[in-house]
Amino acid sequence: MRANLSVLGLVAGATMLLPGAASAACETITLGSAISLTGKYATNGMHTQNGYEFAIEKIAAAGGAKFGGKCYNFKVIYYDDESKGDRAATLTERLINQDKVQYMLGPYSSGMTKAIAPVTEKYQIPMVEAEGASRSLFTQGYKYLFAVLSTSEQYLASAVALAAEKAKESGKDPSSVKVAVAVENDPFSLDIRAGVLEDAKKFGMKVVIDEQLPRDLADMSAILTKVKLLKPDLLLVSGHSKGAATAVRQIDEQNVKVPMIGITHCEAAKVTKEFGDAANDILCPTQWAETMTYSDPLFGSAAQYHDEVQARFEMYKGRSVPYQTAQASAAMYVFMDAFQRAGSLDKEKVRDAIAATDLKTFYGDIRFSEAGNNIAKPMALRQIQNGKYNVVSPPEFASAKVNWPRG
Amino acid sequence: MEQFLANFGLLIEFPIVNLKIILDGVMIGALFALAAYGLALVWGVMNVKNLAQGDFVIAGGYVCWWLVEFGLPPLLGVPIAFIVMAGVGWVIYLLIIRPILDRDLFTTLLATFGLAIIMAQLLNLMFGSDTQTVDLGYDTLYFMDGFIDVPIAKLMGVLMAATLALGVIIFMKYSRMGQAIRATAQDARAARVMGINTDRVYAFTWSLNAAICGAAGAIIVMVWVIQPFYGITHSVRSFVIVTAAGLGNLPGVIAAGLGIGALEQYGAHIFGIGYQQAIAVILLLLVLIYRLVQQRRVRQSLQ
Repeated sequence: MRANLSVLGLVAGATMLLPGAASAACETITLGSAISLTGKYATNGMHTQNGYEFAIEKIAAAGGAKFGGKCYNFKVIYYDDESKGDRAATLTERLINQDKVQYMLGPYSSGMTKAIAPVTEKYQIPMVEAEGASRSLFTQGYKYLFAVLSTSEQYLASAVALAAEKAKESGKDPSSVKVAVAVENDPFSLDIRAGVLEDAKKFGMKVVIDEQLPRDLADMSAILTKVKLLKPDLLLVSGHSKGAATAVRQIDEQNVKVPMIGITHCEAAKVTKEFGDAANDILCPTQWAETMTYSDPLFGSAAQYHDEVQARFEMYKGRSVPYQTAQASAAMYVFMDAFQRAGSLDKEKVRDAIAATDLKTFYGDIRFSEAGNNIAKPMALRQIQNGKYNVVSPPEFASAKVNWPRG
Repeated sequence: MEQFLANFGLLIEFPIVNLKIILDGVMIGALFALAAYGLALVWGVMNVKNLAQGDFVIAGGYVCWWLVEFGLPPLLGVPIAFIVMAGVGWVIYLLIIRPILDRDLFTTLLATFGLAIIMAQLLNLMFGSDTQTVDLGYDTLYFMDGFIDVPIAKLMGVLMAATLALGVIIFMKYSRMGQAIRATAQDARAARVMGINTDRVYAFTWSLNAAICGAAGAIIVMVWVIQPFYGITHSVRSFVIVTAAGLGNLPGVIAAGLGIGALEQYGAHIFGIGYQQAIAVILLLLVLIYRLVQQRRVRQSLQ
């Protein structure tokens, strides 16, 4: 307690001595986050934390969030949820009850978000999350949950549209396209599958293979054998980084020729580094890419954001900054913007301000639906072309033309 | 149901698929058989049911992956993982296994379960939670109009696994230590009376198991992917295979591994690959029921 008082004294003293140094005199708003720093989501948890911290540093450097004639900097209390849902929920209770946190930043993954959301809802604590894409998060009627990212059913649905477009270009009816889907059996991947099936149905496409990847085994040769027999025009795979690595390796090994292949988590699986040419012309959906033309006053352009984060964190040396980091920064930005518009620290007012967000950011546009998901940002599709990820869809942000048919 | 029939129809319509499924299955089974072999060894000799079996495999995989990151040729990773894991196994034996050897089943299960958690988390702290793989960059052999494909990397993996298994079998049959291990497995007290240092035998068996797992992991990282928390997969398969083969039947473990691999692939083809692990466990159930019905009261010993 004494230490705290002396710090306060110092801060007060500094304010009086240096009236010009506004940033040093800013008050602090404390947020909480239970995040995976150990366990199976540790790497992505770290990306998320980096995103939050980078945004906080940027906000501080820009003079803090300004409202009500004062300025505020942000601080986050992190607890490690060990990648376990029950732990995340307990820690959230602790953040709210013991640390008296009034605002929450999301954890990593849909599963953890699902575990936390009932708690934040119960205490009516606004939470902006950046890493839970599962559609099921936004069908529960949550009022205090907001997500800056596109929901999971959109991940590969864009590839279906692209396949339809290509069919039309080559003089065929989109309904002649045969689709093969293989996803892992988890909520996120099943959402992706639902989105694909829905869109395929819209075009009248026939789904010839609809299988689940084995959860425990990195082997999908049985599915690929069927692909060789049934010759679909579009093959879509979603099974996190294990699924991506397995798919790219075995598609090459089994010499599977499909005109269009879409796979999630290409980057996390480092498919270009591990498998070289075998990964070429595969489509990978992404929430965000640094080549996209978004920008905002705080972070600058997407490319600027990318370069600054790369320079700031040791772990991004020589590799791209993943979208997980970018969207975490965007979530923090949403909070800052909401505080400024609310002009108050009252959590209800902040909640309403978040709900009314209409923001252009380096990460994409952010506008929330009634359910709390971001409806303003499309999912982008990149194609691996000569070992590089080039955005090929949506057309307004594309930096390259799609190579089709593959192989 | 319609889907099942359609999948079944494919088998008859394209007979070549059968050959492909069996080949894939045997290649998968061979890799699982190694870790299962090690488990059969410690189970039979020391009566320790090692729940950390899969984590030894993953640790071996990381040894190989780490060396490759430093520019070593991947194939060298297999013997090095074997040696490193033998050392790790020895230390674990002294620290954890030896003090609990005489305790009941529950204690050994609990201890190895704890060991599994610690190992997974240590690997996670050391290497991160990303999935890792080593790509050998070898070609794939194609037969039958390219329908049957045998990736050379996988073939090498199976060959290495076979060599290792053969080496261990010969070692167990003919070497002095191998004989001592088998004698201890049959009757530890009698073995002690005959002048066998059973403590050394236990230590050796345990680290031999860790070494086999390590080599298996090094092979697995070259044909599949590893992640610190994938150990449980390998543990489960090992238990299924050993139980199906019957305790004390070391050559049977390898046959069971190959057979389960092939049957799983068939099941995966017909019912969908998502049921692969369910199929493995159902097979185990069938074997157990069959055994129960048979009620053979043969005294089993390590062959």
